[in-house]
Amino acid sequence: MARAISTKRKVILSVLAWAIGFIIFFPILWTFLTGFKTEEQAITSPPLFLNFDWNMSAYEAVQRRSDYLKHFMNSVVISFGSTLLGLLIAIPAAWSMAFVPGKQTKNVLMWMLSTKMLPPVGVLIPIYLLFRDTGLLDTRTGLVIVLTLINLPIIIWMLYTYFKEIPNDILEASRMDGASLFNEILHVLTPMALPGIASTMLLNIILAWNEAFWTLNLTAAKAAPLTQFIASFSSPEGLFYAKLSAASTMAIAPIVILGWFSQKQLVRGLTFGAVK
Amino acid sequence: MGQITLKNITKSFGDVEVIHSTDLTIEDGEFVVFVGPSGCGKSTLLRLIAGLEDVTSGQILIDGKDATSIPPAKRGLAMVFQSYALYPHMSVRRNIGFPLKMAGVPRAEANKKIEAAAEILNLTDYLKRRPGQLSGGQRQRVAIGRAIVREPDAFLFDEPLSNLDAALRVNMRLEISELHQKLKTTMIYVTHDQVEAMTMADKIVVLSDGNIEQVGSPLELYRNPQNLFVAGFIGSPKMNLLAGGYAGNFNAHTIGIRPEHLAVSSDHGDWQGVVGVTEHLGSDTFIRVHMDNEILTARVNGEIDVQHGDHVFLSARPEHIYKFDDRGLAQS
Repeated sequence: MARAISTKRKVILSVLAWAIGFIIFFPILWTFLTGFKTEEQAITSPPLFLNFDWNMSAYEAVQRRSDYLKHFMNSVVISFGSTLLGLLIAIPAAWSMAFVPGKQTKNVLMWMLSTKMLPPVGVLIPIYLLFRDTGLLDTRTGLVIVLTLINLPIIIWMLYTYFKEIPNDILEASRMDGASLFNEILHVLTPMALPGIASTMLLNIILAWNEAFWTLNLTAAKAAPLTQFIASFSSPEGLFYAKLSAASTMAIAPIVILGWFSQKQLVRGLTFGAVK
Repeated sequence: MGQITLKNITKSFGDVEVIHSTDLTIEDGEFVVFVGPSGCGKSTLLRLIAGLEDVTSGQILIDGKDATSIPPAKRGLAMVFQSYALYPHMSVRRNIGFPLKMAGVPRAEANKKIEAAAEILNLTDYLKRRPGQLSGGQRQRVAIGRAIVREPDAFLFDEPLSNLDAALRVNMRLEISELHQKLKTTMIYVTHDQVEAMTMADKIVVLSDGNIEQVGSPLELYRNPQNLFVAGFIGSPKMNLLAGGYAGNFNAHTIGIRPEHLAVSSDHGDWQGVVGVTEHLGSDTFIRVHMDNEILTARVNGEIDVQHGDHVFLSARPEHIYKFDDRGLAQS
């Protein structure tokens, strides 16, 4: 439905939209810029926006002091590992809830979501002790397990909504066409749900990549991902803004690039079901 | 072969029984139409035959063999859905070929069959397209193509034309009838449209509230409805039904007169009334006549010159008056 919108209104709305976009983006921009300042320039008042002496000294300091690649690899293993493991558990779960729902399906879904309402710090001590006793502290395996469990409700919910959108008629048609359950899943359901599975995967990788509470509390050195890498540049005294910014930029760059390239998929995934 | 027998079938969803004890035999090669108002159980009955729903009790025999607990994939039936239910991610060729792929038919042979089906259904030029790039009529033809390549024992159609516009519906109706004449395979067709039922069926099964009301050829149902429900459901415009004093004169609880059997006259007749709305169709005219508490519809061939508010007389020949008793059953 086209509504007549005056030019003036259009201009105001565009300016407003750009302004809001800029405000949201500003912290990332500021972090990015600060990374190229010296520590002194980073704390000047009034702050310098673009008119400073661009240099790489903060990046050099970060490179000297810690091993980016090791943290990066840990982040990759933990976020991709927990996502794949999560999907492996969530696909059959969402499948059965979407297509063969029982009387308690809705309650099970709510119950799973309720675990997300628990403040993580409330279970930090027991989980820490469990990890200590089972030797999982500061291991990638331990983090993969804990992040899988933490994000599982969201993965199941997202997949469930996706699968619900697939018309039952089409699955029934495949049954009438002689497809076994395996073939129905392989040839009909999976291809139709692929966009949904992909965007669930992407969102979960981002969530796992940036997860800081558990990764900071359960790792020390060996399995520390990029969140730990950033945190190591924050200190109670001395000048550290430029180094912290440089480290943050390095830590988020891979995921921002991944997100950028899969933007279309992600937006479709997050708004799926809202607009048919 | 495609003889299907239902023995004492019932179906319940939870505590609600939607199909009451039902027996029915569908002969090989017959075109059977299940017709009834929405919610009468006609689609459920079809889905029970397909195996998409499990029967609560009773037996389904296909060619004499018990198929009650055979999964849908193995019953040898093909189904066409109201929503077409095409695979959106596959081309028309792969959609039509899917049942063959599932049956493990070699590719060369499958291609031959797909092309033959496409030929019959005028889809040859569209084999490379996806369902999303087709019109409603073409999609429905793909769905039919997917059903015919399997050479099933019987075709099941679940309101296949209700998503199409009126003109296309008439065309597809003819195409399906022609297909039946060509293939001579059993077809079971579900619709709520009694015109589709009358024009296509060898045998009509009229359902209401989970019961079979009557089974018979279209003209049998039209001429000898066994009860009030069938009398009112089959025929367009609907049969006029009169109760009370009007019926009492004929020793019946209710009488029924088809609109085409009412004679309209300006000076004499059995019943007097006032003309309400008249509908001119060119070939026919439908006149709504208001009597005390009752409105009758009369169908007159060609055109007739009556005005709103005119006094007219209606009459019917005794052999055209259907009589029903107090249980709604036809009296002889």
